[in-house]
Amino acid sequence: MRFKFEIGCVLVLLACFIFTQADINRFYYFAGFAILQYVMISTAWNILGGYGGYINFGTAGFLGVGSYAAIALIEFYGAGIIEQIVAAGIIAGFLGLAIGFFTLRLKGVYFAIATLALAIVLETIVNNWDYVGGAAGVSILPPRKPELLGILIVDRKGDGIFQNNKEYLFFLMAVMAVMSVWIARTIEFGKLGRGLNAIKDNEEAAECMGVPTLKLKLVATVISGALMGMAGAIFPSYVTYVDPPTAFNLELAVNSLAMPMIGGTFTWIGPVVGSILLGTVQQVAIVTISSEINLLIIGVLLIFFVTVAPQGIVGWFMKKNK
Amino acid sequence: MSEALLKVESVTKNFGGFTALSNVTTEVLTGERFGLIGPNGSGKTTLINCISGTLVNEGGNIIFDGQELAGMKAHQRTAAGITRTFQIPRPFHSMTIMDNLRIPIEFVSGSSSSQNEMKDQAMEILETMGMAEKANEETSGLTQIELRKLELARAIAAKPKLLISDEAMAGLTGNEVDEVLDILIKFNEAGMTIIMIEHIMRAVMQFSHRVICLDAGQLIAEGTPDVIVKDKGVERAYLGV
Repeated sequence: MRFKFEIGCVLVLLACFIFTQADINRFYYFAGFAILQYVMISTAWNILGGYGGYINFGTAGFLGVGSYAAIALIEFYGAGIIEQIVAAGIIAGFLGLAIGFFTLRLKGVYFAIATLALAIVLETIVNNWDYVGGAAGVSILPPRKPELLGILIVDRKGDGIFQNNKEYLFFLMAVMAVMSVWIARTIEFGKLGRGLNAIKDNEEAAECMGVPTLKLKLVATVISGALMGMAGAIFPSYVTYVDPPTAFNLELAVNSLAMPMIGGTFTWIGPVVGSILLGTVQQVAIVTISSEINLLIIGVLLIFFVTVAPQGIVGWFMKKNK
Repeated sequence: MSEALLKVESVTKNFGGFTALSNVTTEVLTGERFGLIGPNGSGKTTLINCISGTLVNEGGNIIFDGQELAGMKAHQRTAAGITRTFQIPRPFHSMTIMDNLRIPIEFVSGSSSSQNEMKDQAMEILETMGMAEKANEETSGLTQIELRKLELARAIAAKPKLLISDEAMAGLTGNEVDEVLDILIKFNEAGMTIIMIEHIMRAVMQFSHRVICLDAGQLIAEGTPDVIVKDKGVERAYLGV
């Protein structure tokens, strides 16, 4: 069937919408939101990291910039969530362009260190920027009755599409996650994806075979950064309180690269599988064991997969079926 | 054979205090089979790195097809018609052989073709190289000669005016050397100018119309193969007597 993937996307969104209408424990929305956010972040990471082979440790930087772009816009004129997301995407995309221009000439571990430094520099800047709350953090009051194109979206009494702002944001997150996966898949099967793959395999040979390596890497960094920024933009509205250590949390950076690596970095489904699986394990662990056990689980799994199945879960199954 | 396709004019390249190329001047004519020899470390690969754009020469000019190459990146030079192979094969190891060839076709020679036309173009080259049946295999299972051939096939897929073959025959047996020579001569007869860097003297002398010899970054001899093998300077460079 030709539009199998597109139909799948619509079905997933439909399922997510029905989920928002169900009357269940609030925690499931929270857990679902976290998992969908990871789907988006690790998919975004994989565009540069998986296809192009450039390990970005600065995910937290892009996410944090997205979050704080949204906060600045709320402070500035009370921007709506869609405006926040679009603006954060543009700002994080430009950040990707600027950072990429300076760091993409670095290879391997040097690139990883430079991107890690980026996150720390940005966190320091935000820490000292009082307009968005500085080191003390900032509380966000979500609008009571948000409208979109004249349609009432959220209303407690049930006149809107959603009863609760969290349900609305959950659905928005699902839309963005599906969109990211669609973008990543389009890249993978297109000229950009093949060029990035050639870069990953051997950058000098790719350049000599006519691949404009710097340009493709910059395009990948911009797309990847913009998606991370958008994922970050929705975060302040969801948690309603943000401070720099949360927005620039290094755990996000670790997860965003561990999930694709465990799922499989060479194809779009890898990060999706990795983040759904690990995200779920983490959420369950938070409830049943402790919130600190997360990183331990990720660490052990990462070591296991890097040594035993470097192609990730998806690669392992594909090999079995051959 | 007529006017110069490639002009190298007093090209100089330093690595720190070490002069890898010093004032090298030469010409490659359109349609020529051009040999480049010299002992290890004489600057052969440095010269082709400067021509293909992976290194930037500090002094001198390189003019290809009437166009000054200074400031052009390697991928732009490939698009202009210069393609090279690597001394140590550098296949795209995560792709099949077919997909290896599709990279230069998609990015250079056939960028306006459909996916199916690209496949046909790649297949045509693989058939000429005698590798058609391996098209859908991964590169990890290839033998040494197959890797060398893939390296050539991928460069040829960019449809260059000038192909630079950097030791395409190193480590091959006598029969395999002849096989690669036949392939190169076939593409040369179809109009491709070829620079061959080689240590196997039999191959380079049999192949080339004209040969230059580098030693310690300097051009020490230039001429037909017959002249080069009798040249005292070349003998000294290789044998040290």
